[in-house]
Amino acid sequence: MGKDIREDIAWAQINKDVLKSLESPRRMYWVILFIAIAMIGVAVGSEVYQYQTGMGVSNKNNSHVWGLYIATFIFWIGMSHSGTLLSAILHLMHADWRKPIYRFAEAMTTFSLMTAGLFVLVHLGRLWMVYYVMPYPNERWVWPNFQSPLVWDMFAIATYLSSSVLFLYVGMIPDLAICRDNIHAGWRKKLYTVMSLGWEGTDRQWRNFRITYLTIACFLIPLAVSVHSIVASDFAMSNMPGWHVTSFPPYFVAGALYSGCAAIITLFIILRYVFKFEEYMTLPIMKKLVRLTFAIAMVWTYLNLIEFASVWYGHDQTAKDQLIFKATGPYAPFFWAMIFFGSILPLMLAFKRFQTHLPILFVVSILLNVGMWLERWMIIAPSFAHGHYPWTWDHDQWPSLVQWGIVFGSFGWFTLLFMVFCKVFPSVSMYEVKEMVYHRSLALKHKPAVKGDY
Amino acid sequence: MSITNLLENWSDFRQQHPSDDRPHREYKWAMSIDLDSCTGCNACSVACYAENNLPVVGKEKFAHGHSHHWIRIERYWDNDGREFADQGAQFLPMLCQHCESAPCETVCPVGATNHTADGLNSQVYNRCVGSRYCNANCPYKARYFNWYDYPTTDNVWPEPMNQQLNPDVTVRGKGVMEKCTFCVQRLTVAKSNARSAGRSVLDGEVQTACQQVCPTGAISFGNLVDPLAKVGKQWMTQQVELNKDKQAKNAEEKAVKLRGYRILEELRTYPSVMYLEQLRESAI
Repeated sequence: MGKDIREDIAWAQINKDVLKSLESPRRMYWVILFIAIAMIGVAVGSEVYQYQTGMGVSNKNNSHVWGLYIATFIFWIGMSHSGTLLSAILHLMHADWRKPIYRFAEAMTTFSLMTAGLFVLVHLGRLWMVYYVMPYPNERWVWPNFQSPLVWDMFAIATYLSSSVLFLYVGMIPDLAICRDNIHAGWRKKLYTVMSLGWEGTDRQWRNFRITYLTIACFLIPLAVSVHSIVASDFAMSNMPGWHVTSFPPYFVAGALYSGCAAIITLFIILRYVFKFEEYMTLPIMKKLVRLTFAIAMVWTYLNLIEFASVWYGHDQTAKDQLIFKATGPYAPFFWAMIFFGSILPLMLAFKRFQTHLPILFVVSILLNVGMWLERWMIIAPSFAHGHYPWTWDHDQWPSLVQWGIVFGSFGWFTLLFMVFCKVFPSVSMYEVKEMVYHRSLALKHKPAVKGDY
Repeated sequence: MSITNLLENWSDFRQQHPSDDRPHREYKWAMSIDLDSCTGCNACSVACYAENNLPVVGKEKFAHGHSHHWIRIERYWDNDGREFADQGAQFLPMLCQHCESAPCETVCPVGATNHTADGLNSQVYNRCVGSRYCNANCPYKARYFNWYDYPTTDNVWPEPMNQQLNPDVTVRGKGVMEKCTFCVQRLTVAKSNARSAGRSVLDGEVQTACQQVCPTGAISFGNLVDPLAKVGKQWMTQQVELNKDKQAKNAEEKAVKLRGYRILEELRTYPSVMYLEQLRESAI
């Protein structure tokens, strides 16, 4: 196995390589940016139409009251978990291979949360009354219903979003100072000057910085676990067969980490290619990432099987019927596609030859996320088609173009945010890569003269 | 619900069940529906449309599942091998069961659906944000969402049809959830009349719209607290108790003779609507 990173990259070279990614975008950048904005346009158009006409245009109906919006909401919340995994959990575990790739993963966290939040709004029948969900003092002393998992959701997501923005920003301060020192004039200079908060790199600043960063990392981990557990509670707390499952919270968290890791692989390959980050986003790092993804995929598969087994061997006949309906009913093709993309396809990642094969990994990572998206949809749609009450049975419902338009547009929104981020902020952490290079070269210098690989 | 109120009356809030430690004092509205009398004529549904300003959405939207029948007649075909015309069927009018421990109430993020002191499951249209969680969690699927803005955009009540709208009932706009209210507007009037007369509402003094029109008198409605009420007597003779998820009579031999049951009782929703099983020739 090769080295995660070369030890002899000069620090100035690191600055140069990363800062280059901030410079004048090529024509392709503008083309993709335009496509992303056009996609957002589709979503905005659909939402305006839905807002004006009513939720009926999304083709939901009285037994299928939730649809793609909620499914895609869970999907985006799930995507956000990988950033925390890479930056906070691996930071605490001193896995230094995360250093060149955690910045964009963290940005992904923030932006997918910002996308997920929009789905809550789009889903509401009376969007203009959304502030009722927030506890604000009012003369009637009317509060939200604190028993409702949706209110927990609101708190969990707001907390997670603000903390992950903070974490992203705090971790970027030394890099912003590098940007400030290397850019001579213009709006960027002003932006970096303000945002770097007068960072000079003194010992005291570094010490405070380390403590702050570690504290936020420790704070963020339980938050990340709880946020998706709470999203899972939306389902597990209800009495719907197929949702009323005790193992939902860990199942959701595993699914979240899974889709997040797959998304990191996708973005890793794109950034490596576009910004020519071959020196930093190296194949050995990719290999570790792929192995991590494989492990999480197996955890997810295991939890999935547990869910099926507990339903199958449980005494809840309705839940069992529901499971059979999923596997054999009108939604069966999607159900089996989910099993294939989520559990069978990742087995490929166990083979060494695929672990560094970028074109294959690119396709596979996207397909894994397709599988994870299907998983969320398979939680929503079939459950409404086969609930407790026979009146709802066998009324399958398929989303309208309005729903698809908004889901489609959300990917444009995410792309737009991510692309703007990549050009305004360094997407590879310069100071941490330097640290990594330095530690590796120290280790090389003090390598004991004994034979054997360690 | 102010903080001081919360702290001072903590014992009122820390209950497991609305019904467990807060018995209904004056009123507990309940219903019983005799399926043996029900002919499936749909008059109840029509009366409900007229009384409660339900939008008539039209064929196409009805097929899409956008209908608003607060009380709906469900038809279940017999599965005994006989073909249509000879094939038997059963009817079941389904409406909001006004559960004493309603799954919809706990999940509403804004508290738009609540339990009243009279044992009604109320829906506050002005507070509803349209998250539709209540419908997702309702095992009976007795809640209906306003998928379109019927009063204005869909021309459901064109001039002079709007003249027949019931002035006692709000016309709901798009994006709110609605459901059977047990004709709360009639209950309010009856209660206020009774209060002026210094008494409680008498049995039969107030009828729901569906009960009023039922040609076979299959629906009885009244106050369960009132020992003289017909509905209370029915519940008692059928040995159906309100705050039970399993009726004691079902364990006994004589259960076969009693027809009263509640739907999906085992989910611990404690519904306020009791059904009386239909007697079938096949069962005799």
